Amino acid sequence: MNPIIKAENLSFSYPGDEESKPVKALRGVSFEIPEGSFTAILGHNGSGKSTLAKLLCMVNLPDSGRLWVAGREITAPDATERDILEARRDVGMVFQNPDNQIVATIVEEDVAFGCENLGIPPAEIRERVDAALAAVGMSEYARKQTYNLSGGQKQRVAIAGTIAMNRRCVIFDESTAMLDPMGRREVMDIIAKLNREQGVTVLLITHHMNEAAAADRIIVMNQGQIYLDGSPREVFGKPAAMWAAGLDVPQTTELAYKLRQKGLDVPLYLFDAESCAEAVAEAVRRRSGKSAGGGKTGS
Amino acid sequence: MNAIELKNVTFTYGKHMPGAVPALDDVSIQVKSGGITGLIGHTGSGKSTLVQMLNGLLKPDSGTVLLDGIDIWAEPKKIREVRFKAGLVMQYPEYQLFAETAAEDIAFGPRNMGLEGEELDRRVREAARFAGLSEEILGKSPFDLSGGQKRRVALAGVIAMSPKILILDEPAAGLDPEGRRDILGGVKRFSRESGTTVLIVSHSMEDMAMYCDDVIVMAHAKILMHRPTAEVFSRAEELAAVGLDVPLITRVAAALRKNGVDIGLDVYTVDYAADKILGML
Repeated sequence: MNPIIKAENLSFSYPGDEESKPVKALRGVSFEIPEGSFTAILGHNGSGKSTLAKLLCMVNLPDSGRLWVAGREITAPDATERDILEARRDVGMVFQNPDNQIVATIVEEDVAFGCENLGIPPAEIRERVDAALAAVGMSEYARKQTYNLSGGQKQRVAIAGTIAMNRRCVIFDESTAMLDPMGRREVMDIIAKLNREQGVTVLLITHHMNEAAAADRIIVMNQGQIYLDGSPREVFGKPAAMWAAGLDVPQTTELAYKLRQKGLDVPLYLFDAESCAEAVAEAVRRRSGKSAGGGKTGS
Repeated sequence: MNAIELKNVTFTYGKHMPGAVPALDDVSIQVKSGGITGLIGHTGSGKSTLVQMLNGLLKPDSGTVLLDGIDIWAEPKKIREVRFKAGLVMQYPEYQLFAETAAEDIAFGPRNMGLEGEELDRRVREAARFAGLSEEILGKSPFDLSGGQKRRVALAGVIAMSPKILILDEPAAGLDPEGRRDILGGVKRFSRESGTTVLIVSHSMEDMAMYCDDVIVMAHAKILMHRPTAEVFSRAEELAAVGLDVPLITRVAAALRKNGVDIGLDVYTVDYAADKILGML
């Protein structure tokens, strides 16, 4: 599959001033994101995740290195402002704070806002907005006021905006951080659906290890570089490395790790309660069976 | 004595508007002195309204708010003193830093209380210690600090006022796991060493499970339950019914019981679960 994003040796520093030195936020980052994939990006605060996101949606341009978005090299020496504007149309972003990205007072007007800026004909905007609201399960709120919505609903409206604009890739920058558990579930369900049913490439920046476990792939950033890169199974299979980078693993993995230290054979990569519990129960039975058979007080 | 007591508190925003519904509907709670209490509830359940009742930012339409047994609205002119007594750390407090150095920012509150000189200095240093801020950080501009450090400066600014009650609204939102441990660990140390009553509002069930002695659950402007942490999280179905959740490890315990390995349902930390499972072997 063609990569929608390809990064080669990206570096970026925030400029310093009289008092502070420049901060190297990214130091030579390379990766490819296949179109239609679902990638989580983890890393402690200051690890370079958000800087990377800003490069990928072209808010900032890298100091050095090469970046391709949807087949165009935006770092090419002959790339124009126009090329970058074109490339930006393919990548959308949903931020952390729901209140920072709702611009209109009526839900459907908010969803239409981006399309209007793209100069799409009104009849087509109507169709796109209706379809986008249906995709996030907010059709019945189309004519409602945006300020009355819950945080989760506002995030879904923001996602609908990216769908209406036909974004091929959407970056979610801690989009669930401010939501209650139900809001978080709603938004995570919509993100998964967006990826699965509409084929949109998803990049999910998060501090929630359970959310990252839902992705196909996890990239872990540390000190401006890629620290780990693999499937959730591979990445969370190295709990000690995650802890060393100031991160966590899902509680199911942590439990398995602690049980394995005492010789119970439970896999580290079961991320939902049911499969983890089944494996633990199985391991407990195996162990108890063995000790009973070993001549201890069996029943 | 109860550090916090609400008796039949009712409050409605814009109560003269048609269709106004109460944000707090006949709410009564009692929070004992010296512990860490969690406050959870879905968006719009009334948590933030309740919190603003405690330091007199909002006044109940009816009912009484007592801190240390004293009705805070008995003498409305003295409400400013209540605000020194109940320190509130709001959401994303790092946006409220403004002084030239972290130390100056921390000193702002206690200075407004009339403290100066050595006492002021002592308060700042002690608060910084609880918040895990080094001497070096104290001299820096807030703009040069990381998000987690800024958040801890804001926390220290409230601790430095030596509140009797410390209220934190989503203290760890947006922080990475280490940042969460730093700030919540600091709050716990502060509460244990100083005996200050702490109330934490959060959507993170895992954090609540790790740091709170008891948990108040709000739903639809009412108190659904107020019980010890283990008991609250053992009632997973009731929590789910009001849009809340239990920690993943609590769900593992429930699933284990279905698979014939019963370690109880009052499981809310990984260490406890692991010990229980290993104890069965």
